[in-house]
Amino acid sequence: MPNVSLTVNGQRHSVEVEGRTLLVELLREKLRLTGTHVGCDTSQCGACVVHVDGESVKSCTMLAVQAEGSSVTTIEGLAAPDGTLHPMQEAFREYHALQCGFCTPGMVMSAIDLVKKHPDGMTEHEIREGLEGNLCRCTGYHNIVKAIAAAQEVIHGRRDALAPAEV
Amino acid sequence: MYDFAYHKPTTVAEAVGLLADPEARPISGGQTLLPALKHRLDKPSALIDLSGIAELRGIRREGDQIVIGAMTRHQEIQNDPTVKAAIPALAWMAGHLGDTQVRNRGTIGGSLANNDPAADYPSAALALGATFVTDRRRIAADDYFQGMFTTALEPGELLTAVEFPIPEKAGYAKMRNPASRYVMTGVFVARGPAGVRVVVNGAGPGVFRQAEMEAALAVTWSPEAVANIRQSADGLNGDIHGSAEYRAHLVTVMAKRAIVDAG
Ligand SMILES: Cc1cc2nc3c(=O)[nH]c(=O)nc-3n(C[C@H](O)[C@H](O)[C@H](O)COP(=O)(O)OP(=O)(O)OC[C@H]3O[C@@H](n4cnc5c(N)ncnc54)[C@H](O)[C@@H]3O)c2cc1C
Ligand code: FES
Ligand code: FES
Repeated sequence: MPNVSLTVNGQRHSVEVEGRTLLVELLREKLRLTGTHVGCDTSQCGACVVHVDGESVKSCTMLAVQAEGSSVTTIEGLAAPDGTLHPMQEAFREYHALQCGFCTPGMVMSAIDLVKKHPDGMTEHEIREGLEGNLCRCTGYHNIVKAIAAAQEVIHGRRDALAPAEV
Repeated sequence: MYDFAYHKPTTVAEAVGLLADPEARPISGGQTLLPALKHRLDKPSALIDLSGIAELRGIRREGDQIVIGAMTRHQEIQNDPTVKAAIPALAWMAGHLGDTQVRNRGTIGGSLANNDPAADYPSAALALGATFVTDRRRIAADDYFQGMFTTALEPGELLTAVEFPIPEKAGYAKMRNPASRYVMTGVFVARGPAGVRVVVNGAGPGVFRQAEMEAALAVTWSPEAVANIRQSADGLNGDIHGSAEYRAHLVTVMAKRAIVDAG
């Protein structure tokens, strides 16, 4: 059986897999990192999005063996060791950008990549377009978009702290 | 998915050697192949991962053409300054197919080897008169596309690069399926070394040239020149997303928008 060596959330792992083992199966079933979800398994919904070498990918549409030598970040790897949330996680909480939470890990991972790719900031329309690969069955996207709009200001250093959500 | 062996060669020669096994398949971005394997549409003995082959990757300008390696990802084409300057319609296309995650993995070679009737790149390749470079020969776009999911590539033949002659003008417009976001009907127009070409994707079983619009545009390059040309619905795709007549109607609408886009 093939062996994959990779770094996940800063920790090195060497794992036996089958050729057909998906990256998401390696993460969830072998490493027990169940924060990464599987919504569709058909490359549509984005619940399985993780970062591979800094780029967001659908981990249900990548083989574990293709991640050989890569550095993978999952939702579990975002918060600081002391528990301080990543600004995007904090924004999702502040703006109530989730209901059932199933899509949330993928949304957060996609949103971080999206913000990184737009250093000059995104309009609401651009955020909506950028979330094309992520489906949410609950929220209507409205608060997700607001959360990302607020988080980008903190991530790009235009604000020190998250703008509070209006109630 | 059935299980398979996995190989990651570092040269084209090594990959072609491994592909001598008729049951082996190349994998580039896997964005089309892995979903197909999950449906057990194929049972390869081995997947030959092309991502370790440096010579298949990258974009360069060579004289009057842009050469894009087969393993170049959509995301790289979308952001490449050379492509953006020389063929902005191609960069736009690469940035508006699938979604960010698909573009981070999917490649131009995988898309053109697959030749999905609803894919984007085939229209650009045919309209610009691209040349397909493989491990063993060069194939003109006119001979490459052979209908639904079919190309001139032989079993085990590896697409290594695509050469796009730089046009004077080129534009692209498409109507997307609101759910899958794949092309319902798209039109790529170009004026350049390959002449004036109007190529339709998404509407038929494969890409095709719209001769009447080409003739009209060769006389006057303007959206009005094609506004009254009607595409016949014969042979076009009809499905739950849209009838053949609807797609035929969209050909004229998209052609006009593509000409505006080309300027
Ligand atoms: C959700 C989603 C939405 C999408 N939307 C669009 C869209 O709107 N427009 C669009 O055009 N595409 C779309 N795609 C498809 C996407 O662009 C794929 O990346 C592309 O079609 C295939 O490229 P790949 O690199 O992933 O190829 P793979 O999946 O790795 O391979 C595809 C096929 O080509 C063969 N192959 C791969 N490379 C070579 C080579 N160098 N030589 C010979 N054969 C080769 C493989 O064996 C396989 O049969 C979408 C995909 C998904 C999952
Ligand atoms: S589970 Fe991967 S895209 Fe839905
Ligand atoms: S919060 Fe339920 S699917 Fe998005």
